[in-house]
Amino acid sequence: MNGWLTTILILLPMAGALVVWTAPLSRHRAGSFALLVALAEVGVWINALVRFDFGQDGIQFEQRTSWLGDLNISYHVGLYGFSLWLVGLTVVVMAATIGYGFWVGRDRARAYFGLMLLLTGAVVAVFSSQDLVLFYAAFEAMMIPLYVLVGAWGGAGRLRATVKFVIYTMAGSLLMLVSVIVFGLSQGTFDLVDTGASGSSWIFLGFVAAFVVKAPLFPFHGWLPDAYREASPEVSAVLSGVVSKAAVYGFLRVAIAKFPGPAHDFKVPILVLASIGLVYGSLLAFRAPDFRGVIAYSSLAQMGLITLGLFSFNDAGLDGAVLQSVTHGLVSATLFLLAGAVERRTSTGELALLGGMARGRPALATLLMATGIVALAVPGSAAFAGEFLILAGVFRQGWAWAVVGAVAIVLAAMYVLRVISATLHERPGSAVTDAALDLRPAELAILVPLVACLLALSVWPAAVSERSFPRNRAAALGAPVGWTVYPLRPATFPRDLELKAK
Amino acid sequence: MKPSIDWFALSPVLAMLGAAGVALLTAVLVPGAWRRAVAALAAALGFAGALTAAALVYGFTDHGHGVVADAMVRDRFGTFAEMIVAGSGLLAVAISYDRRPRGCEHEAEYYALLAAAGAGMAFLVTANNLMTLFLGLEWFSISLYILCAVDVDVVGSLEAGLKYLIIGSFGSAVLLFGSALVYGSTGQLGFAAIAQAISAQGLRDDPLLLTGLAMIITGLGFKASAAPFHMWTPDVYEGAPTPVTAFMSAATKTVALVLAMRILVTAFGAEDDLWTIAVAVIACASLAVGNLAALVQRNAKRLLAYSSVSHAGFMLIAVAANNQAGGEALLYYLIPYSAMSLGAFAVVAARERELGKPATVDDLSGMGWERPVLGVAMWTFMLGFVGFPLTGGFWGKFLVFRAAYDRGWIWLMLVGVVATVVSLPYYLSIVRAMFLRTGAELRLAQSAPNPVAGGSPPRERLLTAAVVAALGVTVASFFVVQPIIDGARDAANALPF
Repeated sequence: MNGWLTTILILLPMAGALVVWTAPLSRHRAGSFALLVALAEVGVWINALVRFDFGQDGIQFEQRTSWLGDLNISYHVGLYGFSLWLVGLTVVVMAATIGYGFWVGRDRARAYFGLMLLLTGAVVAVFSSQDLVLFYAAFEAMMIPLYVLVGAWGGAGRLRATVKFVIYTMAGSLLMLVSVIVFGLSQGTFDLVDTGASGSSWIFLGFVAAFVVKAPLFPFHGWLPDAYREASPEVSAVLSGVVSKAAVYGFLRVAIAKFPGPAHDFKVPILVLASIGLVYGSLLAFRAPDFRGVIAYSSLAQMGLITLGLFSFNDAGLDGAVLQSVTHGLVSATLFLLAGAVERRTSTGELALLGGMARGRPALATLLMATGIVALAVPGSAAFAGEFLILAGVFRQGWAWAVVGAVAIVLAAMYVLRVISATLHERPGSAVTDAALDLRPAELAILVPLVACLLALSVWPAAVSERSFPRNRAAALGAPVGWTVYPLRPATFPRDLELKAK
Repeated sequence: MKPSIDWFALSPVLAMLGAAGVALLTAVLVPGAWRRAVAALAAALGFAGALTAAALVYGFTDHGHGVVADAMVRDRFGTFAEMIVAGSGLLAVAISYDRRPRGCEHEAEYYALLAAAGAGMAFLVTANNLMTLFLGLEWFSISLYILCAVDVDVVGSLEAGLKYLIIGSFGSAVLLFGSALVYGSTGQLGFAAIAQAISAQGLRDDPLLLTGLAMIITGLGFKASAAPFHMWTPDVYEGAPTPVTAFMSAATKTVALVLAMRILVTAFGAEDDLWTIAVAVIACASLAVGNLAALVQRNAKRLLAYSSVSHAGFMLIAVAANNQAGGEALLYYLIPYSAMSLGAFAVVAARERELGKPATVDDLSGMGWERPVLGVAMWTFMLGFVGFPLTGGFWGKFLVFRAAYDRGWIWLMLVGVVATVVSLPYYLSIVRAMFLRTGAELRLAQSAPNPVAGGSPPRERLLTAAVVAALGVTVASFFVVQPIIDGARDAANALPF
């Protein structure tokens, strides 16, 4: 019975999408219906969260049906602790963004809301797939709605942005397709739970190609600034908050779990790219002339940080990477929606034209400050817990990585404070008039839950960091006995270093 | 001596041939107002009957065997292809129905030729010797030469017919000459007999045989529009009436590739170290030429024509693999490919009728919002051509790559991947035009001879139904892949891999 939960999480939004597309609904009804489905999806996820047994090793809510039996390809879904949190991030952010799209009143509503719901289903399928072909299919299926969502509802430069976005990501994921086929056929099965580890560097690099573009890591981020700036704010929120986390799942579930040897061999290049992305993204974010540019480049930096955690191959780093994924997803989604709110009021995102918006707009100021403080990893915030775990983890790989990470955290404070002061403080900008109202109740209803999630995580980050993996992480990833991904973890790794925010 | 004739095995051919006869009779017996409907109905019934008959023959044929004095073969491999041809024909009739205003001439002949072409194709895929092969090839080719030129008042159509006639005849002549060389070398016409003769007489390195083999591959390459034998394709696809193009792109490619696989595997199994390389090279050339040339096309039909060249390349990878997995991959690939190709040309046809002129990619602007059913279908077809999941195109590419992997040719997989990346911009340019730009960007006034006066687009129920059916096949072949693969495996078992 419980196995159906995952399938429901995947199919409910897709069925909702079909209804929105086929039923002759008015704009208002299409939006209400989509929001209802998205909220129901959150409800289903909460149900799954309550039923999930965090003490148990291995996969839960598993369901498996043969798809192409000759090649042992099956529809095989299920959730690990970290998948559950990533799915949770997805459903919450998607509900908020669908609500935002509804409130803003996107035109061509039936197409729009159908695509958003389809995207929800596809992303949940990515985070819960336990079969490589299903994973690839869901990974690609995300692109189908995103292409039109960015391209049809985006800004003036949307056409160029979408072409770049699609060609970058497809080039990566087609290399992954080769890897999927070669890996699956050489293993005799495409099932992620049944397959053993592989030592082939080429197959590993094929997978990595898809994930580094999707994340993105430096220097594969060429599509990022265009796409994040030209898409509508809620689609940017989904892109940076949720879709980029597909790469985290891919690294965790495939690249690291199935290729322990190559992952170690290529550890240094990947850590170098992640570090460069972290510093370079932070510097660009500090120099970006517009609100969304800051968030876009900060996403590049944050994905670098998460990758540092993933490739530290120890408990602290992995826990921190999952926690940071969830935190960053919520932070960047909130910030993009806030950027959208500011742009609606001022018709611009140029920081030079903004300023002084705190005066007379307490709700906007409070929410932006609260999110910003989490984003810059003030001690006590969820992002601080995540970054600390990541740095503690990557420290075991060499102190220099941790130094780079620490420097970047200082830079994060700089760019976040810059965007806050340029928007809220200083003199009122030329684009800010008295007609620019404070956040409306509907916007509050969308944004306050997101910020509340962030504050809750700040109070109790261990909810995610201690509940992503069972004690035996190797078993959690379905790896065979004798798996040695984390040989660098000393048996006496000081527990108190892992900062469980106690 | 009169050979015993297995009428049941021939029933798909006979159904379409009978339909052609009935349709031709309506040209003289049925009054003008009813002629088109009756002829189209006859053709549709013929194709539907052929589909049913082929399915029955498939079901009742466990082991392949020669029929009609071994001139033809009754096996699941051939009947599988017959089903694809008959299905394509059925959709082509639906796409054609609203093709011109009521009361035009040659309507009955049009459907008669369509059914006759289908019959020739069904005959060809069950050919078992070089004689029936050539007979079937010419049978459907001649029907198609006329169909391409059927719109005699359109200059492009006449030109297309003539071009197809000349280059197609050249291809046929090469094939015939090659067949003659093979016969001269081995003294045999039957495919299996040729294979026996090669091994019995030690003809592996016989120059006559090798030249013949090369010429047969060339001749079939012309029909499959594989590069470098593709030069007729864009011109003919552009000039021919769009429903005919749709039928040609799906069915001609099917039979040419299926027959290529049959003759190469059955008759020239001993030479496989040579022809697999040759076919792989042709596949790479098709992928390169098709995709690169498509990038710069502005006319929608030319773009799709080059896309069909590149897909010939993909399917030739399956042929070059020369293994069971390749047979399955080819037969599977043909199903979503035929559906997508027919559907895509149908959508272009709908736009052409709306605008009254050949459609460029820009002319598709805003169509996705104006006619959402056709728009979503076209979107799916384009994604399917790229090989996106949620369409059968994904499994097609997957299985082709698997066949190349089984063969040990990972480099061929990589060529396919690079080709797919190159193909992205032009497939997406169609989606971009349909959904990301608005109809306001259309500049009809200057270019169209009959500017559209506005109002709602024409309602072409049959065309829409055909597109929806093609969409259904495209999507369903992704989700229910197992039964199709089972069928394709049984079919591929008929060949001596």
